[in-house]
Amino acid sequence: MLLADELKTLFRRWRTIALLSALAAVPVLIAVAVRVTSHIRAGGGGPAFVGSITQNGLFVSFSALIVSIPAFLPLAVGVVAGDTIAGEASLGTLRYLLTAPIGRLRLLVVKFLGSMAFVVAAVLAVVAMGVLVGVILFPVGQVTLLSGATVGFGGFVVRALLLVAYAALSLVGLTAIGVFLSTLTSVPVGAMAATVVLAAVTQVADSLPQLDWLHPWLFSHYWFGLGDLLRAPLVWDSFGQNALLQLGYLVVFGLLAHARLSTKDVLS
Amino acid sequence: MSPAGEGAAIQASGLTKVFGKQRAVDGLDLTVPRGAVFGFLGPNGSGKTTTIRMLLGLITPTSGEFELLGERMPAARPTVLPRVGALIEGPAVYPFLSGRDNLVRLDSADVRSDASTRAARVDAALDRVGLTHAAAKKAHAYSLGMKQRLGLANALLRQRDLLVLDEPTNGLDPQGTREVRSLIRELAADGTTVFVSSHLLSEIEQVCTHVAVMSTGRLVAQGTLDELRAESVRRVVVETPDVDSARGVLAAAGLEPDAASADAPGTVTAALGESADAADLTAALVAAGVRVRGIRVTGETLEDRFVALTGEGFDVAG
Repeated sequence: MLLADELKTLFRRWRTIALLSALAAVPVLIAVAVRVTSHIRAGGGGPAFVGSITQNGLFVSFSALIVSIPAFLPLAVGVVAGDTIAGEASLGTLRYLLTAPIGRLRLLVVKFLGSMAFVVAAVLAVVAMGVLVGVILFPVGQVTLLSGATVGFGGFVVRALLLVAYAALSLVGLTAIGVFLSTLTSVPVGAMAATVVLAAVTQVADSLPQLDWLHPWLFSHYWFGLGDLLRAPLVWDSFGQNALLQLGYLVVFGLLAHARLSTKDVLS
Repeated sequence: MSPAGEGAAIQASGLTKVFGKQRAVDGLDLTVPRGAVFGFLGPNGSGKTTTIRMLLGLITPTSGEFELLGERMPAARPTVLPRVGALIEGPAVYPFLSGRDNLVRLDSADVRSDASTRAARVDAALDRVGLTHAAAKKAHAYSLGMKQRLGLANALLRQRDLLVLDEPTNGLDPQGTREVRSLIRELAADGTTVFVSSHLLSEIEQVCTHVAVMSTGRLVAQGTLDELRAESVRRVVVETPDVDSARGVLAAAGLEPDAASADAPGTVTAALGESADAADLTAALVAAGVRVRGIRVTGETLEDRFVALTGEGFDVAG
């Protein structure tokens, strides 16, 4: 099965391991910074949940995830999704895969699923390392949700996994865009950079009130909607809207990628 | 001579590929019979690789149609390509994977390939190209010749009815070149059709049964090696210390002696027409008192034929 081999190849790659390690370093950085400055009076600023970390180490994971969403995760997605087809083309292995033969649509699907597996691994790396380092450096206790209710460790794990699912879902659109861009070129760095730049531009557009008519259509619009999953009872509104939006991006860019790859003259 | 299946190994008619304004391949009619070792010749930029990429379904032809192993392409890609081994414009490797894992990855790309025999087939292919000792090494540490061998191993991963080898000896040392030649002969003896593109004419001459010659996108000759040679002009070569008088005799016999060559002092060569006979020439030379060390008749070399078909000069067609 090619997907199994794709995953094996992807996760054995030094670059993939480096990306995951860098993401796992985010919660470590936050936790250590809070720990060594804990004697200083905590101000009101900083990322969400950072102020709560000294009371409860489990908040390191939430905080690290929110810090990673706008930049680190899109960067990692851009590198992996942008490399999918263009990377094979630049190595020259695309011609050997296609004459093996693998159908072009199947290759696209395998590459997209492989990239999504990486996205899940990347989000998990942030959250899991956040829990680990939080438990080591800080006291742990009942987690107070945004709505004021408290949950125990079991409830926390459920919420954390929901956040992982939400963050991974949020990146489906960007992954599809990255794979599409990757079919356009045989220079992987070009596709990677274009994907990352697009993620940045979209977030800028999402922050401009003058473009508010556009906001619901931007793939980054619900990226920070994960607060809804930290209420009791759970609010699923942004999850549903986000899923619909991401699905739309997947369909549009999936079709574009297929149209492009299925007619592409492979000259590399 | 003709293993299972109907039709030629490769049959193309009117195959054309236009890139922008350039006709890279122009109305190619090609027939590669089953069991042949088919040499595909042409100068750089003559459209050999574009043709091979079209045949393997990597490039969509602008017009024309073709069949591989009797099946209509590119529709039959999923069923035909597993029976076709290919080395296309040099090997390509995943530098971060070992030689063995490179082959495993390419083999598992096809859903129809048998996973239960994969490990054995990979090992057999590595052994066949002499890479067993380097199989566990990461491919980025491979030399060009080792990568070339790995590419050949990929082409031999399964039982193939057709092998398409683009410059198979590129980057190989003399031993490797000999091994590839004997490999091609072995495969051909098993009934595999081998389609070899090369610009190394001596190589083609040594292994091929059939030859086609491309020039600026067009096929300028195609046939068995003997047919191609038969079209060539016979030449007489006279070895003598009396070069000048020998030239006079040949000229008197109606031939046009070639300009004297510094490479071969003491020889006179001339194209031999249909009617001229070497025996008569010998008698004439002796009668004229020319001291003859030797006289022989040669066919034109494939190289001469190649240059005659594709033109002199060093410019890449473009």
